[in-house]
Amino acid sequence: MIKTETYQLSMGPVHPSTHGVLQVLLTLDGEKVIKAVPCMGYLHRGIEKLMEQRTYFQCLPYTDRLDYVSAMNNNFSYCHAVEKLAAIEVPEKAQYLRVIMAELNRIASHMIFIGSLAVDIGATTGMIYPFRDRERILDIFNELCGARMTYSYIRIGGVKNDLSAKIIDMINHFLSALPSMLDEYNDLLTGNEFFQHRLKGTSLLSAEQALHLGVTGPMLRASGVNYDLRKENTYSSYDDFDFSIPLGKTGDNLDRYIVRMQEITESAKIIRQALDGLPEGEFTAKVPRVLRPPKGEIYDTLEGPRGEVGYHIVSDGSAKPYRIHIRRPSFINLQALDTMCRGYLVGDVVVAMSTIDPILGEVDC
Amino acid sequence: MHTGLLASLAAFITGLIESLLGHGFAAQLIMVLLEIIAIFAVISLAVIIQVYMERRICGFIQDRLGPNRVGPFGLLQTVADMIKLMSKEDIVPEKANRLLWGMTPMLLFIPAALVYAVFPFDEGAIFADIGIGVFFVMAIMSQGVLMFLIGGYASEDKYSFMGAMRAVAQMLSSEIPIAFSILAVVMVTGSLRMSDIVSAQTNVWFVCVQPLAFIIFIIAMLMETNRTPFDLVEGEAEIIAGPFTEYSGMRWALFFLAEYANLLAAAILTVTLFLGGWQGPFLPGIIWFIIKVLIVIFIFMWIRWTFPRTRIDQMMALSWKVLLPLALFNIMATGIGIYIYKWIY
Amino acid sequence: MKRKYLAKDKLYALKKDFPSEMDFDDTLEKPTLIILKQQVFVEIMHTLKIRYKFDMLSNITAVDYDDHFEVVYDLANRTNNEELMVKIALAKTDPNIPTLTKLWPEADFQEREQYDLMGINFLGHPNLQRILLPDDFIGHPLQKSYKQVEKGGISEK
Repeated sequence: MIKTETYQLSMGPVHPSTHGVLQVLLTLDGEKVIKAVPCMGYLHRGIEKLMEQRTYFQCLPYTDRLDYVSAMNNNFSYCHAVEKLAAIEVPEKAQYLRVIMAELNRIASHMIFIGSLAVDIGATTGMIYPFRDRERILDIFNELCGARMTYSYIRIGGVKNDLSAKIIDMINHFLSALPSMLDEYNDLLTGNEFFQHRLKGTSLLSAEQALHLGVTGPMLRASGVNYDLRKENTYSSYDDFDFSIPLGKTGDNLDRYIVRMQEITESAKIIRQALDGLPEGEFTAKVPRVLRPPKGEIYDTLEGPRGEVGYHIVSDGSAKPYRIHIRRPSFINLQALDTMCRGYLVGDVVVAMSTIDPILGEVDC
Repeated sequence: MHTGLLASLAAFITGLIESLLGHGFAAQLIMVLLEIIAIFAVISLAVIIQVYMERRICGFIQDRLGPNRVGPFGLLQTVADMIKLMSKEDIVPEKANRLLWGMTPMLLFIPAALVYAVFPFDEGAIFADIGIGVFFVMAIMSQGVLMFLIGGYASEDKYSFMGAMRAVAQMLSSEIPIAFSILAVVMVTGSLRMSDIVSAQTNVWFVCVQPLAFIIFIIAMLMETNRTPFDLVEGEAEIIAGPFTEYSGMRWALFFLAEYANLLAAAILTVTLFLGGWQGPFLPGIIWFIIKVLIVIFIFMWIRWTFPRTRIDQMMALSWKVLLPLALFNIMATGIGIYIYKWIY
Repeated sequence: MKRKYLAKDKLYALKKDFPSEMDFDDTLEKPTLIILKQQVFVEIMHTLKIRYKFDMLSNITAVDYDDHFEVVYDLANRTNNEELMVKIALAKTDPNIPTLTKLWPEADFQEREQYDLMGINFLGHPNLQRILLPDDFIGHPLQKSYKQVEKGGISEK
């Protein structure tokens, strides 16, 4: 008797397109996906436990190693939470510098997204171009703080150092070159018929589903929900800048791509305004050498490139945090993978995984 | 009879051997062996050149340099890679069917090399100018998929098996548009013989007579040779390397070799059927032939490094819903055209 | 725009419904809602979701204190832009709490993480397994009393 049966396919942790060491257990019927279960933990380092043994300042480098393609945003979230807990007032100049760096890092992170999406659907050339352009941002960061990936530039109370004239020059050069870079990606990818066919109408995530699943960041906005913490819970002088929040319509893979492409333009707008209006003053507040925040508890989220990066810090009044828990956006966004993959083909799983854009350092913490 | 450079060379060597041995039949036999060796040499050399070409072109398109360290301009990079592959450990999956699994890479090379028998490289330079040349090419080229199926099945690996299944689906969808697009050419020529098809293009290339068939043929040929945007069989982001997933070292190199031999065959077929074969003014036929083949290969590579991959259902839809009806329509239009042509003259 | 903390009058209104089951320190600027009785935990959370429109369970944390565990839920309301922190204390001997996956599906991974690292049992969770650590890991490393075992804590087979 002839019969068909479903089978299990373990995609990852060693696989060309799982963005690190994510494993997805697929239940397949031929090429059709019945169920997709993400399994993580291959990169677990126990960062939350490690932080409990260290002072607030020593914790900072660990935040770099969470979402290593947008370390600035992680530094930012952590410092913001600690400052709120310890009631430290950050000078306006530092706020502007933070915004500039966070937005630059957002652009770099979205470029990684474009590149990895391109390579996941087989457009190898589409990967090289964003990675080449991202290099310019890394050069800026390298000049700024001496590191290309793990910056620890945003410090508790402010930032590490001021901008030099050279860095301002580099940022300006980058910003003026950005439109032509985006044109190049649009020519190569967005306008490509195959590319659009691969992304359009696949892995639909309606606004309702997205809200239901607790998805945040560009994924949520691609489903048409206008929710961005930079607007809804303004922090660090974001209300000084004029920028819009790009929204998608249907919540398919193409929308998630286009929203991120548009976010790059918006981020560039913010950086330009921040550079133009950079106030005079100190770049860091006076922070005690040993920081002992008062006894208490704080939960603070900021908008990272992947969604809301949150830090829940419990202080017992000593120099070390009693407990830190990190809300990692990729970790929670990954829960949508199953919904996004069911009923689509194996080829779409790869694309769905790519448009969730998880960073495994963050997922596994 | 006027003959091309290659044919004159062959005639000269035959004469030489004949005068040495004093026996016509033995000379013919040796000549056949020499020709077979020559074809293998051409394939191997062409693969090395193509790999180098691909990497340089890819580098150029991707705004980087490509290989430039081993030898002048990195020319020896492919040789170095070959040595590396040969020195690699031979890993056999535990559960694989060793006989079938080990046989596949070698078997794959047979159809890839066999099609070269009927390709006219130059005027008179055709190994076997059989009357059913086009039919032969079609029949042999489609055998490659059997090896993908065997290799994928014997690997006992889900990725390999999915790749094998995709290979079969893809072969079925590509063969039919190819056959129907070639049929239009055959209708115009009135012969299945390769040399006849080339000589029919003395005045005008078939790409001008049959532009639609040409486009269908090129697209279907991309499917047939598993190249982007239709590299679903390998689809490295999805199913790792399809049927080759479990192969490493020299065995994988043989797959690689067959892949590039197929690419060359596709280019030669395109040139022969649509671009006038070896014909061209001033230069010797073989030179024209090489130039045209290189241009077609360049176009294939250009496409590969520009386009993303399609999805399996989109590829099938393109083949069955677009290419096949168009090819059928083209045949009808060609028939009417031939009828009108005959009616006028 | 700034996200607001849930206004105190709303908390008072909630306290009217659950006078002895919940509490909050009204001297604080941002009082945490403390649930005192486990039996009404899901009911209160349900009220928060339905009546106060807390559509997002932003974060779940568990904290290991000397004499008890505390599970902390950070809720967010995206329509009115409000936030709220909810706490519940659990006994050290028997850290059980009903799951919230039915109310907020995003709680799924977060509860599994807390189970994995802190050892909180979320009763009724559809798939309460370790998520970050290997399945045969011994102990829950975020507990303050955790001592690393030989071989990285993985049991010998």
